Amino acid sequence: MNALKSAPVLAHEVPAKDPYLEISDLWKLYGDFVALRDVSLKVEEGEFVCFLGPSGCGKTTLLRAIAGLDLQTRGTVIQNGQDVSNLPPSRRDFGIVFQSYALFPNLTIRKNIAYGLENAGRSKEEITVRVTELLDMVGLSEQGNKYPAQLSGGQQQRIALARAIATSPGLLLLDEPLSALDAKVRVHLRHEIKELQRKLGVTTVMVTHDQEEALSMADRIVVMNHGVIEQVGAPTEVYKNPASLFVAGFIGEMNQLEAQILSENRLRIGKHEFECRDHDFDPGTTVVAAIRPDDVVPHGSDFVPDAGAKNCELVRIGDMEFLGSFWRCHLISDDFHGAELIADFSVNAVRRLSLATRQEIHVELPRENLIAFAPEAQGGDDD
Amino acid sequence: MTDAATLPPGRDVKPRLSRDDVMMRSWMIVIALYLVVTLVFPLYAMLSKSFSTYHFDLGQFEFQVSDDDGVFATDPVLASTLNDQLGVFGEADLRAGSDGRLPATKLFPDFSFRSSKMYRVRGTSDEAVYLVGSTRHSGTAWQELDSNTFRRVQMRPVSGTGFGNFVTYFSTPALSNSIKNSLVISTIATVLTVTLAFGFAYALNRSCLRFKGAFRIIAMAPILVPSLLPGIALVYLFGNQGMLKELLMGQSIYGPIGILIGSVFFTFPHAFLILSTALAISDARLYEAADSLKTSPWKTFWTVTIPGARYGIISATFVVFNLVITDFGLPKVIGGQFNVLAVDIYKQVIGQQNFEMGAVVSVVLLIPAVFAFAIDRIVQRRQVAQLSARSVPYEPKPQKGRDRVAMIYCSVIGVFIIGLLAICQYAALIKFWPYDLSLSLNNYQFDLMDGGGWGSYFNSIKLGLLTAIVGTGVVFFGAYLVEKANGFEMGRGFFQMVAMLPMAVPGMVLGLAYIFFFNNPANPLNAIYGTMAILVVCTVTHFYTVSHLTAVTALKQMDREFESVSASLKQPTMKLFRRVTVPVCLPALLDISIYLFVNAMTTVSAVVFLYSPKTALASIAVLNMDDAGDIAPAAAMGMMIFYTNAAARIIHLLVSRGLLTRTQAWRFR
Repeated sequence: MNALKSAPVLAHEVPAKDPYLEISDLWKLYGDFVALRDVSLKVEEGEFVCFLGPSGCGKTTLLRAIAGLDLQTRGTVIQNGQDVSNLPPSRRDFGIVFQSYALFPNLTIRKNIAYGLENAGRSKEEITVRVTELLDMVGLSEQGNKYPAQLSGGQQQRIALARAIATSPGLLLLDEPLSALDAKVRVHLRHEIKELQRKLGVTTVMVTHDQEEALSMADRIVVMNHGVIEQVGAPTEVYKNPASLFVAGFIGEMNQLEAQILSENRLRIGKHEFECRDHDFDPGTTVVAAIRPDDVVPHGSDFVPDAGAKNCELVRIGDMEFLGSFWRCHLISDDFHGAELIADFSVNAVRRLSLATRQEIHVELPRENLIAFAPEAQGGDDD
Repeated sequence: MTDAATLPPGRDVKPRLSRDDVMMRSWMIVIALYLVVTLVFPLYAMLSKSFSTYHFDLGQFEFQVSDDDGVFATDPVLASTLNDQLGVFGEADLRAGSDGRLPATKLFPDFSFRSSKMYRVRGTSDEAVYLVGSTRHSGTAWQELDSNTFRRVQMRPVSGTGFGNFVTYFSTPALSNSIKNSLVISTIATVLTVTLAFGFAYALNRSCLRFKGAFRIIAMAPILVPSLLPGIALVYLFGNQGMLKELLMGQSIYGPIGILIGSVFFTFPHAFLILSTALAISDARLYEAADSLKTSPWKTFWTVTIPGARYGIISATFVVFNLVITDFGLPKVIGGQFNVLAVDIYKQVIGQQNFEMGAVVSVVLLIPAVFAFAIDRIVQRRQVAQLSARSVPYEPKPQKGRDRVAMIYCSVIGVFIIGLLAICQYAALIKFWPYDLSLSLNNYQFDLMDGGGWGSYFNSIKLGLLTAIVGTGVVFFGAYLVEKANGFEMGRGFFQMVAMLPMAVPGMVLGLAYIFFFNNPANPLNAIYGTMAILVVCTVTHFYTVSHLTAVTALKQMDREFESVSASLKQPTMKLFRRVTVPVCLPALLDISIYLFVNAMTTVSAVVFLYSPKTALASIAVLNMDDAGDIAPAAAMGMMIFYTNAAARIIHLLVSRGLLTRTQAWRFR
C-alpha cells in the first residue's frame, strides 16, 4: 500500500475550486464479497476520466454507484456541490451510454433522441431543432427516420450518445461503450467520442477494460484492481511511472524478474548486479525488477563492454517474431537462472546491428527504466 | 477473507426512493395482495375447514325425569351417564357434521310421548346447545317440558379442530379407495400419453413426413375443447347404445377404460408440445458423430435421442399426470362407478352438502398435484440451461421406409383425434340416436334443455373476453413490476412465489376454496359471490402461472438498461412501459390473452362451484345436460365451444400478423 500513498493524486496542479465530482470512502458489498473497498476520487469539471481494470475489478460498480443505479454500501458521492449519495438516478444529473446501446427498438432514431427532451417544457419545434442538431453532431442526419435495427453497431452507439447528451447533462457516463464493436469501428469512434467530449466540455467518466482505449482517450486514468484504486494519473504518467507491479503489468508489457535489493538504487538479478531507479526497500528484500521490452537497448555482436559499463548483460537471442514495426526477441541469459527477457527491437536496430537468432549480444537495461516493485500479494493478506 | 469485518463502523447508505420506485412498489403490493386474497386466503379457509370437526359432547347435557305425577323425585343425570348405561350411541354416532342433531328421547328407552311424566333439560355449560322443535336453546337454566314436547328435543354438536375428518376419510373405504383409483389411472394415462405423443413428436421432427403442418394442427385441436367432450364421444362409440360397443368385448366404457382413452385425448397436445420442443433443440452434431462411429440407429436412439430429450420427457410426464389427476369433467361424464378424487370433491359438496369432507378430499388431491408441480418446475429450470447451448438443428433426410411408418402412425393418431371430434359433431346433428338417424338442428335448441341455454354460451364468451382482457393486464403489469423494479428483493421474491402457486392448485380445490372464502357472510368481498366477477377472478387466478411465465420470458428479452436510460433522462417509468415495453412485448401479450380466452371457454373444474343461474357457462352446460341425459345437446354445446375457440385462434393469428406488420416494422431491416 506504500506505492498507493506515494502515487500522486493528480497529475497536474490542483485548481483552487472544488472538484465537479467527489467520491469519498466508497464501499460496496455484495453479501461477503467486497466489490469496492474504501474508494476515494476527485474528478474536475470538463475532465475525461477512464476507469481501467480487468473484469471484476469494481470499475462498473463504481460507475453505477455514481449514477445511483446500484447504491454503494458506505460512502458519499458529491456532484457539483450537491450530496447525491442516496438519490435515485432520476434525481441525479447525468447521461449514460451502455455497451448494449439500449436504444428503444420500436422508436425511430429521432424519437429515441427526443425521448429525454419531452415533458420538460420544450415546444415541439424546439425538440425538432435540437434533435436535428444532435443528429448533425454525430454525423447521422440522414438516418433520423430509421429504426435502430436498421443501423450498424457503430451508428447505433452514436445515437445512444446523442440521446445521452440531448438534455445537456453535467456528467456523461460511458459503460464500456465500444466493447461490442468491431476493432476498426472502435478506433474510429474512440476518436469521435473524444472530439465530441472536448467540444462540449462535459465531464465524462468512461469504464473500459481496454488499456489502448484508456490511454488514447482519457485525461486521467484510474487503474483499479480487486475493488481498490491502484493508481490515478495521466496516461503517460501511468505508463512511465506505474505505482505498482499490477499497474506495470496491466498497462503495456513488462518483463518481471526476481531480484534482491542491495542498496537504495542497486539490486541483484541472478548473478549480476544492476543499478535501478531509487526506491525505499530495505537491503536484502526480495523484489520484482521490471523493465518494458521497448526499454531494453541492444548492442551489436562486436560490442565489448568496458570496465565501467553498467547494467549490461550478455544474452543469447532465442526466438525472433516479426510484428510489423518491431521485432520481438526472446533473450536468454545464463546468469538469470533461466528467466527469459523479452525485448522489442526496432526494425532499424535489427538491420543496423544485423541481429539474428542464436547470436550472442550485449543488452543494456537502462537504470532509469529498471524499477523495483514489491511482489504481487497472494490473496488479500496485504490489505 | 475477513473482508466484511474491515468495513468501517457506521450506517449503510439508505436509498431515497424516487416517485417511480414508490409507485412501482405500491402496485406490486396491490397485485400481490390480489393474489393473496384470491388464492392464499381461500386456500387457508379450505384448509381450516378440513380440520374443523363437529361432535356431540354428552357431558354437556343434563336431564331430570319426574314420576307419573309430575314430581321430580330422582336426581338429575348427565346424558353421558345415561349413554354409558344404555350404550345407545356408539363412537360413530357421536361424530357429526355442522348441522348434526341427536334426539334426546333415545336416551330414555321407555319414553312415550303419551305418558304424563315431565322432563327437565339443561346444559352444564354455556356452550351447550339444544333444540326444542326448531327453537334454539342454550345455557344452564332448567327447562321443564311435558313428554310431548320433550319428544322434539334434539342435542346439537360442538365444533372443534382436529384430524377427525381425516380419520373418517381414511377409515371409509368408499372414500379412500379413490386415492388408489386416481393414482393408478393417472399413472397409466401418463405412460400411454407420453409414449404416444413422443412417437408423434418424433415422427414430426425426425422424418420427412408430408403434411407436417396439418398434423401439428390436429395434435393441438384437443386443447380447444373441454375435457369432458371426449367422454361424450366415447359414450356414442362404446356406450350402452354405442356403434362400436362390440369392440370392447363385454367391458364397459363407463369406468377406467373410458377415463384412460379420454385422458389420452385431452392431454395429448400438452405432452406433444413439450416433447416436440425437447426434440427440436437436439444437436445434429451428435447424430453425425454417432453416424461416423457406425452406431446402429437403435443404439443412437437410446444413447442420443432419449438422453437429449430427457428433460422434456420428465416434464411432459408430470404435466400429464397433473392434468389427469386433477381433471373433473371427464371422469364425471364417463367414470361410472369408478370414483376418483376430483369427482369425490364434487359429490361431497354438491351431492351430500358435506363441505368438511369436500375440503378433506381437496387436501388429499392437493398433495400429488403439488408434488408433480414441484418436480416439473425443477426440471424446467434445468432445460432452460440446455436450451441456451449452441447447437446445430437436426435436419432429417428422406428415407422411404421410415417416412412411411411415420405417415401411418401419425395418420392413426390423427384419425383418433379427428374421429372423436367428428363423432360429437355427428351426434349433435342427429335427431334421436340410435333410432332416428335423420339430421336436424333440434339439439341446438339449448333454451329447451336444462343447463342454461344459449345464454350460457354467451356468458362463456363474455367470461373468455373479460378474463383475457383483465387477466392479460394484471398478469403482464405484475410481471413487469417484479422484473424491473429496483431493490425490494423480499417483496419481489414473495411475489414470484405467489405467482407460481396457482399452477399447483387443482381447479376443483380452487373452486371449493372460493366457496369457503367468498361465501362467508362475514367477508366484505361476499358481494361478488354468484356474479360474473368471481368467475373472472377465479379463472384469472387459476391460469395465472403460465401467463406470468410467458410475460416474464418476454420481459427478460428486453434490454436490462432501458429503465436505467429512462431514469437518467428523467422520464417516468410508466412512459417507458407504455411507449416501449408494451409495444415490444405485444406478441407475448396476444399469446397470453388467447391462452386465457381458450381456457376460460373450456374450464369446468373451478367454476362448477361458483356459477349462479344468471352466470351459467357453456362448459358447465355441457356437464349439466350430460348429467340430465341430454347427451346430444351436450355434444352440440361442446362443439360450439370448439368452433368458438378455433375461430378465436384464427382471429388471434390474423390480428397478430396484422399488428406485427403495422406496429412492429422495426423488427425487420
